[in-house]
Amino acid sequence: MSKKMLSWPYALWMTGFILIPLALIFYYGLTDKTGAFTLANVIAITTAEHAKALWLSLALAFVSTVICLLLAYPLAMILRNRGIGQNSFIVFIFILPMWMNFLLRTLAWQTLLEKNGVINAFLSALHLPTQSLINTPGAIVLGMVYNFLPFMVLPIYNVLCKIDDDTINAARDLGANFLQTLVWVWIPLSIPGVISGITMVFVPALTTFVISSLLGGSKILLIGNVIEQEFTKGSNWHLGAGLSLVLMIFILISMAVVARYDKNGEGSGF
Amino acid sequence: MTKLRRNVWQIWQNFYMVIIMLFLYAPIVTMIVLSFNRSKSRNQWGGFTLEWYTQMFASRNITNALYNTLVIAFLSALIATVIGTAASIAINSMKPLPKTIFMGVTNIPMLNADIVTGISLMLAFIAFGISLGFQTVLIAHITFNIPYVILSVMPKLKQTSRFTYEAAMDLGAGPVSAFFRVVFPDILPGVLSGFLLAFTMSLDDFIITHFTRGAGINTLSTLIYSEVRRGIKPSMYALSSVIFVVVLALLLISNFAPKRKQS
Amino acid sequence: MGQSLIDLEHITKSFDGTIVLDDLNLSVKENTFVTLLGPSGCGKTTTLRIIGGFETADAGRVMFEGVDISKLPPNKRQVNTVFQKYALFTHMNIAENIAFGLKIRGKSKSYINDKIKYALKLVGLQGYENRTVDSLSGGQQQRIAIARAIVNEPRVLLLDEPLGALDLKLRQDMQYELIRLKNELGITFIYVTHDQEEALTMSDTIVVMNQGYIQQMGSPEQIYNEPENAFVADFIGDSNIVPGLMIRDELVEIFGARFACVDKGFGENRPVDVVIRPEDVELVAPEQGTLVGRCTHLIFKGVHYEMEVTTPDGFEWLVHSTTLCPVGKEVGIHVDPFNIQIMNKPESEDEEAVGVNE
Repeated sequence: MSKKMLSWPYALWMTGFILIPLALIFYYGLTDKTGAFTLANVIAITTAEHAKALWLSLALAFVSTVICLLLAYPLAMILRNRGIGQNSFIVFIFILPMWMNFLLRTLAWQTLLEKNGVINAFLSALHLPTQSLINTPGAIVLGMVYNFLPFMVLPIYNVLCKIDDDTINAARDLGANFLQTLVWVWIPLSIPGVISGITMVFVPALTTFVISSLLGGSKILLIGNVIEQEFTKGSNWHLGAGLSLVLMIFILISMAVVARYDKNGEGSGF
Repeated sequence: MTKLRRNVWQIWQNFYMVIIMLFLYAPIVTMIVLSFNRSKSRNQWGGFTLEWYTQMFASRNITNALYNTLVIAFLSALIATVIGTAASIAINSMKPLPKTIFMGVTNIPMLNADIVTGISLMLAFIAFGISLGFQTVLIAHITFNIPYVILSVMPKLKQTSRFTYEAAMDLGAGPVSAFFRVVFPDILPGVLSGFLLAFTMSLDDFIITHFTRGAGINTLSTLIYSEVRRGIKPSMYALSSVIFVVVLALLLISNFAPKRKQS
Repeated sequence: MGQSLIDLEHITKSFDGTIVLDDLNLSVKENTFVTLLGPSGCGKTTTLRIIGGFETADAGRVMFEGVDISKLPPNKRQVNTVFQKYALFTHMNIAENIAFGLKIRGKSKSYINDKIKYALKLVGLQGYENRTVDSLSGGQQQRIAIARAIVNEPRVLLLDEPLGALDLKLRQDMQYELIRLKNELGITFIYVTHDQEEALTMSDTIVVMNQGYIQQMGSPEQIYNEPENAFVADFIGDSNIVPGLMIRDELVEIFGARFACVDKGFGENRPVDVVIRPEDVELVAPEQGTLVGRCTHLIFKGVHYEMEVTTPDGFEWLVHSTTLCPVGKEVGIHVDPFNIQIMNKPESEDEEAVGVNE
């Protein structure tokens, strides 16, 4: 009886600040300025400008996620095989940047990549031609990988630590070489960590507007930038909310794809 | 033969770790170095100076933003911990269906994009007639912090045996006293880590604050964003260096100090 | 029995400066059931892991049919292991687990299917092909782990305390299963355990280990009846270990009383240790006893009574007998000469360190 009452403040809070706000996005996204129902704000994604932004966001988020995965998996394996405890210093070093302020991490790369930045200063000191590094899709990918890499390392590392040494020894014992052990034992057993790593990288990468505005300049627009500008500059909240709905659909799709792959991975296994 | 091969393998592994470490830390180290550079330019060394640090601490904007950040982080973590812990206890004793509903809603802000959460809260505040400012940022932070608290407390609650609670009642404790004497000490580590997690999440947040702050108030994150967009100021490097050192110190203490006591 | 199949030569291994194995030599013949027996930390599991290739010895060689395999990785060795906690692949079903080694060797589908059927039948789990690992009990998982190893037709099967996690009844059943399996397969088993009863039941040869040394190696009967030192005597079954004085060949003095025995060659008037099993202590009328004591403790154990008889020198003799002697009653002790086992007193410090009752 009395225990149930403890959930009331949270229930109220959730309704007021999670459910109603979400409902408002749907309301704004599906109405026009007069309050009449319309799908125009959602269909607006098909205009050349918006479709391009969405496509670029998906592409950059995908590339960043793949790079993060390729970098993080070997690292997590090395850390695990060193028999380093969960709280050890080396693991700590690789996770530490995650706790640095997100904007400062991005600022750091801006400093390195800028036209008059550190890397170009370095290049010209070596009498090499300076490169235009910033304001390119590459710079955005770099910023995403840098910011989100620890979010990929940590879940994979945690799941690898749970694999018993003897399970690996058993595979070796049964004749599997390193590569066969990797493909048939390590990877299938670490799928849950990989999945959560992918979601922890892909969703923020897909929806970011900070990295793109600091490292991509004003010319490269991601879907996050488009939405942000509708709310802060353009002030067409209906359009912004409609595009947010599209974004949410893509998040849901990506999660469904990932979850489905997870089930397949567990079912077929070998 | 194999010993040699294993050594080569080890060297490759070390090399790989060093490369990743360089990738992670080179930008941060660069910023720290630049924070002591007298020249405003990023490509030449103009001599050592602490000017940017004094400028930073003298800046009203920065100290205000720092104050806001800390107060909001502390208050939002505290309130989220109280609401979240109470909710966890209630959810833990719920039947499967309401439990699923509650946990489902709890997961929304964790899974949803920050930008959508931020926008939706902004729309709600305007619809409710709450003017954007300190209070809206605080409410927003509490909102995204509660799930972190619940996710830290729930596993501890699941581990806690129902029988210890019943044993305490059997020995004459009332429900409230039984809870605080027996159950609460068990879940305290989860409550504390939930609080710390909420505190750091609040410190680190930019996107949700960006949409819910209105014009008058800045946190460190929003301040850095606007300053950086106006053109980088060396005092931001100084700020970064200070934050980095503080975070490093806090994490070192929290990760390694209690362990040493145990052993 | 034929040639020796595996030879460990001068194996030394230490972890973090602690010596686990010290100059260990062991040779295992083909088609035998060899048990490495000892308390935890005696080096038995490390020995097994060195044979399996999961640990590398600091010094010494592992020979397989006269060929040095010390440097071969586990996947290139003709041995398979059954791990302590089974180490089944939880992401695969039972058939896939058993097929693992065969698929890696590129065997044909029909061959693999036949082998799976054969192996499941051998361990008594027909029809379990599509079950998940989690749906099996501990004993069943153990059988699958064995099936997964033996389908590869290893020359040697290594078993690392495979029954440790099972309850008593199941453990006893599995002991007979393992003996049957070994006889059907005709391969060498090297078995690690700390359970002396398990070792006595199953083995052809028992290797008793302690603190990185082999204490004694021999058939179960030899180990039980003729322990070479106090550690072995105490570790294998209950025993009375008493200080004695070898008067001459075939005569030993214990607490001032002279017992006839059958051991020779210890010299004259040499201090020795004497081992007498509790079931070999015969209780007789006081006037017929070589020694006389008083019963101080009595428990009914079902098959026999367990009693303690204290002799005037203060030694408490453990006695297993079907003859009842009530507490407080005076009783004589007699021991048949064949049941008295004489051992040299430990000389080196290492042997001294062999703590009794570890």
